[in-house]
Formats: sequence, structure tokens, C-alpha cells
Amino acid sequence: MKTENQKAWFFVLPVLLLVAFNALIPMMTVVNYSVQETFGDNLFFWEGLTWFEQILRSDRFHAALGRQFMFTALILIIEIPLGIAIALSMPRKGFWVPVCLVLMALPMLIPWNVVGAMWNIFALPDIGLMGYFLNHVLGINYDMTQDPVAAWVTIITMDVWHWTSLVVLLAYAGLVSIPDAYYQAAKIDGASNWSVFRFIQLPKMKNVLTIAILLRFMDSFNIYTEPFVLTGGGPGNSTTLLSIDLVKIALGQFDLGPAAAMSLIYFAITLLVSWLFYTLMTKDDLN
Amino acid sequence: MAKITLKNLRHSYYTNPKGPQDFALKEVDLDWQDGGAYALLGPSGCGKSTLLNIISGLLVPSEGQILFDGNDMTTATPDQRNIAQVFQFPVIYDTMTVRENLAFPLKNRGVDPATIDQRVYEIAEMLEVTDMLDRRAAGLSPDNKQKISMGRGLVRDDVNVVMFDEPLTVIDPHLKWKLRTKLKELHQRVGRTMIYVTHDQTEALTFADQVVVMELGEVVQVGTPVELFERPAHTFVGHFIGSPGMNVLPAEIKNGVAHFYGHPVELEGPIKEGTSGKLEVGIRPEFVGLGDTGIEAHVRKVSDIGKHTVVDVEVGEHRVSAILNGAPPAKGDIVHLQFKPSQTRLYADGWLATDVVPESTATGEDAA
Repeated sequence: MKTENQKAWFFVLPVLLLVAFNALIPMMTVVNYSVQETFGDNLFFWEGLTWFEQILRSDRFHAALGRQFMFTALILIIEIPLGIAIALSMPRKGFWVPVCLVLMALPMLIPWNVVGAMWNIFALPDIGLMGYFLNHVLGINYDMTQDPVAAWVTIITMDVWHWTSLVVLLAYAGLVSIPDAYYQAAKIDGASNWSVFRFIQLPKMKNVLTIAILLRFMDSFNIYTEPFVLTGGGPGNSTTLLSIDLVKIALGQFDLGPAAAMSLIYFAITLLVSWLFYTLMTKDDLN
Repeated sequence: MAKITLKNLRHSYYTNPKGPQDFALKEVDLDWQDGGAYALLGPSGCGKSTLLNIISGLLVPSEGQILFDGNDMTTATPDQRNIAQVFQFPVIYDTMTVRENLAFPLKNRGVDPATIDQRVYEIAEMLEVTDMLDRRAAGLSPDNKQKISMGRGLVRDDVNVVMFDEPLTVIDPHLKWKLRTKLKELHQRVGRTMIYVTHDQTEALTFADQVVVMELGEVVQVGTPVELFERPAHTFVGHFIGSPGMNVLPAEIKNGVAHFYGHPVELEGPIKEGTSGKLEVGIRPEFVGLGDTGIEAHVRKVSDIGKHTVVDVEVGEHRVSAILNGAPPAKGDIVHLQFKPSQTRLYADGWLATDVVPESTATGEDAA
């Protein structure tokens, strides 16, 4: 006779409540908005999938999505190799290890809007350290409020400064977990430095790098505060990333229906890319 | 292919060693003959891995020299020394197939592809891994991974020495025996110098022709397994080899005769001149017998281990083990111990202090 104990459900309950209130219920509100039109006063009119259609066909959305993918692609292309390179050149033992680790962790401890404000001032052509130096010392015409290229260079540099450390720390964790025997065996096998990297370090870092890329993808794809504070999406719309555009539609124009539809599409894209990436990266491990 | 000589080797992991206690290796002089099967045996922390890493070139000794056929190799890299080493935990290149793993050391040295193919095939045949050559090495079981590590060491036909650093630690017991036999067979087939580091006496004694026993950074004895068993040069060797190890009992000399607990003990031969210090009598349990006369002892424990019985007795506060065939005494019995004189030795400060008597006088007086 099998007795069933249902007590376990009580242990799951707090998590269920937590998830319900911080994710499911707000999300369902968004779903609710995305299929209706409202003018305030809690009056709603059924619109079906109109907003989804409108967003998916809108050039403005396509442009913002394009900028968003470009931003994410650029920062990944820079931060991942750079992070690996820094991690490889960090000491593995001794006095400098904690020093390096703390220095690396510092940028990540700064609040996002402070980072945006810092870089904004830093880049101002007449009073900012970098802006002044570029314009008046090196003689390069640099003004991120006027020039889209300068604006892009600035937000990319800012993100690299803020988040490469994350890749460094993860890659470093992967590196220090490699037993010495691997390096010794490689020496005895006559492997070159490149072979050591290609056949020992990179494979052993694969799992942490998968996590690093995933985290950097999700964070950069959803980035809002830093570019908003730094450029406000300008000049023109040149740095209006998806999230900035979304806030413009929702709070600037008060188009809650289209904004809700856009949020859901945005969420679906993030989820889909993350899932695809993770599945592809881990499929070898299953066999 | 070379004779390896270690000269006055000392090593400390401290930059400024203050005394002997700071040295992981105290003073080692050894010759490894070309083509020999050696084992380096000792407990954890005795310096055997340090010695191994110095031979392989992963570590440069604080003092002393390593010679390969008379050429000084003390500061040469592992690559220049042309040696191979198999580590405690299997080291395999995860992303490569078994074939690529085996070919890696050859490829790095620019060997031509036809030769590589042939060598890899030969080694795979020897190790019985031919059917997995095209599998990803990451998916293999630990024993197969360790075989691949060994294979990478054996695939080059010009290595001076192949070293094994406790290679069977992670292998399941029933496969250990198989791999050990395989190694022995490989040594006979390839005829290369092999040095096998282990703390397991069975592994050392089955693999090696010559066993080097180390303790606290020193070589205490070098000999064949039989020599180590029959005539330990140091009480440590007696303890460490054998199960249970040699009985080491406090002794004193009265009128030139060794005494244990007031009883005279007949030794294998004359005591070396000038013997002094802490004296002990050493006798293996295999050579302790029971009789009607002899040293009176109390039986504390009787363990039947199948083929024979291990009897633990007490002489005063001293414990003595005996391995007996036939009907054992019962716990609590009073028995009389008889030591086989030809296997009874005196040790002074741990070191052997008796000389062997010529064969003719030793036989005949053996205790039953």
C-alpha cells in the first residue's frame, strides 16, 4: 500500500507566490494590455492581434531591433575575446591575485545610472576628460551629441568598461579550475602555447563562457539605463535601442497597447535567442 | 634511451631553506639503467612526486645534477629531455578523438603523417583501444582515459623514460589489476625505461624489477622486491612493505648478545662494529613461530585471513604479530614465541646493524 504525502506542496508555495507576484501577474497584465485599447479610466476595447501586427510591420520597430542586435553583437565580439585575454594574463597565484580580482570587480559594483552619468560627463567635448582630450589635445572632432558614430563608440566603450569584468571573472574561474597536470602533460607532449589554449584552456572554459555569453547577451539585449542616461537615444534615433524605444512608446506616447505587444515580442526574441544558444552550446554534453 | 643519473640532488620548495626540515628531497644519488622497470615507493609526502617532477623537468632542483647518458639536463625543459609522463588523473584532450589524442605528441614534433598513423595504430593495438579510435575522448570511462594518457606517453619511440605518477589511483579495483598487468607487458614489449611512482606496495612490487623506497625526502633502500621483503635496510622498509609489516621491538645488547624483554635473541649474524643508538630487533611476522619454549606472550587477537592466520600477541607492553599456518591459538592463551634466527636482525637508529652469515651456518638452526 503506497501512502502519498502531499506535504511537499506547502514547501513550494512561497516560491509559487513569489513568482506569481513578481513575474506571472505583471506579465499577464501586459498580455491583457497587448490585446486591448485603453484611453484611461479603466475602459478597455478588444483589439485582438492588431498591435502585434502593427509592431511587427513597423519600420520604427525594425530599425530599433536592428540597432539592438548591432549593439549586442558588437559588445559580445569585443567583450568575450577581451575578457578571455585579460583572464589569461592574470596571475594564478600570489599577492596580485586578490588585487586583480578587486580591480576587475569594481566597475560592476557601480550603479547603472551612475555609469551612464559618469560617461556622459567624461565624454563632454569641452569639460569631460575624454571629450576634451580627444578634441583639444588629439584634435579629433568628437561630439557624441552631434555625431552618431561618436555616440555609438561611446556607448560601446562604456559597456565594455562596465561589463568585460564579468567575462574576465567567469573565464578566470574556468582557468584556475584546470589542474596543473594538464599544463604539464601539454609541455611533455610538446604542445605550443596556441595548442594549450585551443585544446586545454578553451575546452575547459566552455561551460563558463556559455554562461558568460548568455548573461552578456540577455543583459545587453535588455539594456536601458546606461544608454538612456548617456545619450538619451540620440543624436536623432541613432542610439535608440529597443528598450529606449519601448519606454518612449509606453510612457512618452502613452500607447499602452502597442507598447505591451512590443514588450511581449521583445521578451519572445530574448527568450528564443537564449534558448537556441544554450541548446546549441550544450548539445554535445548530452552524448 | 638513456641512462639517467641523479647526483647529490636536493630540493626545497622554500627560497631560503633553513634546515633539513625545509627540504622535500634531502640528498638523492641514484642511477636508473636504460630499459629498467623501476618503482618509486613511499608514503604520501615522502618526496617521490618531487623527485619525479625533477626527472621530468617540470621542476628544477635547488641543488644537484640530473644526467642523461652523462649529459647535464638539470635545467632542460621536459620537451628537450624527451621524456613522457602519465599523471595521477587521466589527462586527455576533451575535444579530440582518441586517435587525435594519441597522435598529438607526434604531430607537435612534426612527424610525418604516415608514421603517425602507423605508430598510433600500433599503440592502440597494444592498449586494446583500436575500436574506440574515432570516438571523442571525453566520453570514455576513467580506465580507458588513463589508457589513452599512457598511450600518449608510449607513442613516441624515442623517449628516454616513461614516468607514471600513481596512475591507477582513480581506476576501479577490478580494472587496476588488468591495467597493471598491461603495463608490465608493455614494458617487456617496448623495453623502455619506466619509473612508476606509487604508495601502494602491491603495485610497486608487481611492476618493478628494482624498487626505490623513500621516506621523508630520503632514499632508504633500493632493491628487488625480494630483497626489500627479506632484508629491509631500514625499519621503515620493514614496516611499509608486508602486511602486517615487520615487528620492530626494542632491544638492548648484553655481553654482545641482543636481548628483547630480558630474553636473548639470536640474530642473522654478527652485530656491526661500533653499533650504538636506539636499538631494535626486527623480524617479519612470517618468521615468528610458536613453540614450547621461548618468549612468553599473551594472545590478544586472532584474525583468520584465509590462507593463514594473523595472531597478535603481547609481550609485556610490546605487541608482536605472527603469521601462522595450521591451528592457531585462542584469544587469551599463553604462548611461547620463537624467532627464526636467519630472519632476525638488529637495527640501530632505524638502520640495519647486522651482517649476514655465510649460507652454511644460517641453515639448520631455523625454528620450526
